[in-house]
Amino acid sequence: MARLQIDRVTKSYGELKAVDDATLDVANGEFLVLLGPSGCGKTTTLRMVAGFVEPTSGTIRLDGNDVTTLPPWKRNAGLVFQSYALFPHLTVNQNVAFGLEMRKVPAADMPKKVAEALRLVRLDHLGERLPRQLSGGQQQRVALARALVFHPDILLLDEPLSNLDAKLRQDVRVEIRELQRKLGLTTVMVTHDQEEALTMADRLVVMSEGRIRQVGTQHDLYERPADRFVADFVGRSNFIEGRIEAPGKFVSKGGLAIACADGPPGSAVLALRPERVAIVGSGEPADNRFEGRVEFLSYLGAAIDLHVRLSPAERLIVQLPNRPESAAPKIGDAVTLAWSRTTARIFHD
Amino acid sequence: MAQGRIDTRRLGRFALRGVASLSMAYLLLPLFFVTWLAFFAQEIPSFPPEGYSFKWFRAIPGNDRFVSGFLLSLEVAAIATVIGLMLGVPAAVGLVRLRFTGREAASNLLLLPLVVPGIVLGIALYVFHVEAELMTELPILGSFGGLIAGHVLIVIPWTVRLVTASLVGMDRSIEEAAQSLGADRLTTFRRVTMPAILPGMVAAAMFGFISSFGNLEMSLFIVGPGRTTLPIAILQYLEWKIDPTIAAVSVLQILFIAAAMLLTDRFVRISRVV
Repeated sequence: MARLQIDRVTKSYGELKAVDDATLDVANGEFLVLLGPSGCGKTTTLRMVAGFVEPTSGTIRLDGNDVTTLPPWKRNAGLVFQSYALFPHLTVNQNVAFGLEMRKVPAADMPKKVAEALRLVRLDHLGERLPRQLSGGQQQRVALARALVFHPDILLLDEPLSNLDAKLRQDVRVEIRELQRKLGLTTVMVTHDQEEALTMADRLVVMSEGRIRQVGTQHDLYERPADRFVADFVGRSNFIEGRIEAPGKFVSKGGLAIACADGPPGSAVLALRPERVAIVGSGEPADNRFEGRVEFLSYLGAAIDLHVRLSPAERLIVQLPNRPESAAPKIGDAVTLAWSRTTARIFHD
Repeated sequence: MAQGRIDTRRLGRFALRGVASLSMAYLLLPLFFVTWLAFFAQEIPSFPPEGYSFKWFRAIPGNDRFVSGFLLSLEVAAIATVIGLMLGVPAAVGLVRLRFTGREAASNLLLLPLVVPGIVLGIALYVFHVEAELMTELPILGSFGGLIAGHVLIVIPWTVRLVTASLVGMDRSIEEAAQSLGADRLTTFRRVTMPAILPGMVAAAMFGFISSFGNLEMSLFIVGPGRTTLPIAILQYLEWKIDPTIAAVSVLQILFIAAAMLLTDRFVRISRVV
């Protein structure tokens, strides 16, 4: 267990900066998730922490010690791969024992430690099997036991759930998280799946094009996205382009005058969460009210998405809870949308 | 309509089986005739056989040239295979894992001995041996070492090719997993990479061994006096006699190689590697 500090780390491949000036501080016992689309630098960051990639500049500290140039086998990091990466020629027990062997743990102590680690993932009855005789979920748990058995300073998870089917993924998510809490393990996980990231993390790091866009809790990222990318990548947002003409007054390209929070005048983008826009009756007061027509409708089960045309240039997605007592509008219906001035976030490009 | 489609499919299956059977027959027919011939009683092979006999097989152990030829071929093939593996495996690892200019060229160069006709290879080696002996004044021409070196050359393409194939097909993350668990590069290779490419290595050893064991054209040029491999002994015997002894020797050779293949297949599914 240890604190991980990544200080101004950059990794360049020629002209391309895979990771550009990343700084992160992961507290002891914290579960940090690196989130972003493929090619954003999250995996490179993880591989630098694991020791497979050497940073071009910057330092990485584990428990206060500079490990920037240390090879992977000297780092004491437990790694779980997307492909599980179990040794196919070794049994489950031998797979789990591998890290202990490398650490010269006396042979007499090994069976007990291996059994203990397998019990953590509830697979102690399958120790004699070969990896190919296990299901994907079981293989993933063996990989986890193998990474935990030698008490690593840090646990690194590289898209650990993406090869599992949807139902199993939800179970394993909870399982990994509970185990991590119980052991108080500092953990860094990489994923491109925002739902996975939101459900598992203590804190999240959103990356794109090699840069860290925002670091924060789920609430921070959702309620106060730092830029347009984060507002789009975490949850969904409607974006309305236009200008701030006067303090609190935004005029869209399509000519809508929208009341918003104060900001410096100039060209700007307004971001609006689909579920924060309401459909109101004609008499109800609101900061912003706009008439529109429903052009498209998606039935999602728990909710309904309406695509509402407000002006030739603007169409908003509005998400309504699906309630039997209130009839949802149909395609072609005229509706009135409303939201308060503080609902929208403003980004200056 | 549906009936018609089923019929076409059945027809296709028949056609496929027919072509496959023909190819198999074409491959097996010479083996069949050689084996048949080995049991003919008469000295001059002619049809129909005048009777059957084991005498040609019984004559082999008494023929010194065949026995010593077999032992020499065995020795040369075994040594060449071991050396070929020791050179070919690291070469394959380098070709797959390292990025360097001329990688493609090096890879093609290592496969070349497979493509160059044996006669050409033999002449080239002969000329090289002559030149090398003149320059160094060491006894190279016709030496045992020279013979081994030549055979290593025909083993290497097999080891490089088959080991490369298994390296390319292996999941690299298992090596990284080993390293993250505390294994340095050498330990990782020994404990994880080697077992993963072992089937490829065994297959490479077998194919290398067989092609060395059966090599005639190249060996003809680089063997020294008194150093007669089995294929050369067979050729020399054929110059004077055409009795079924040769057929009997060939049958034994076929059995020997088949046994080697079956034995290998017990450890590694050959069909999975080649």
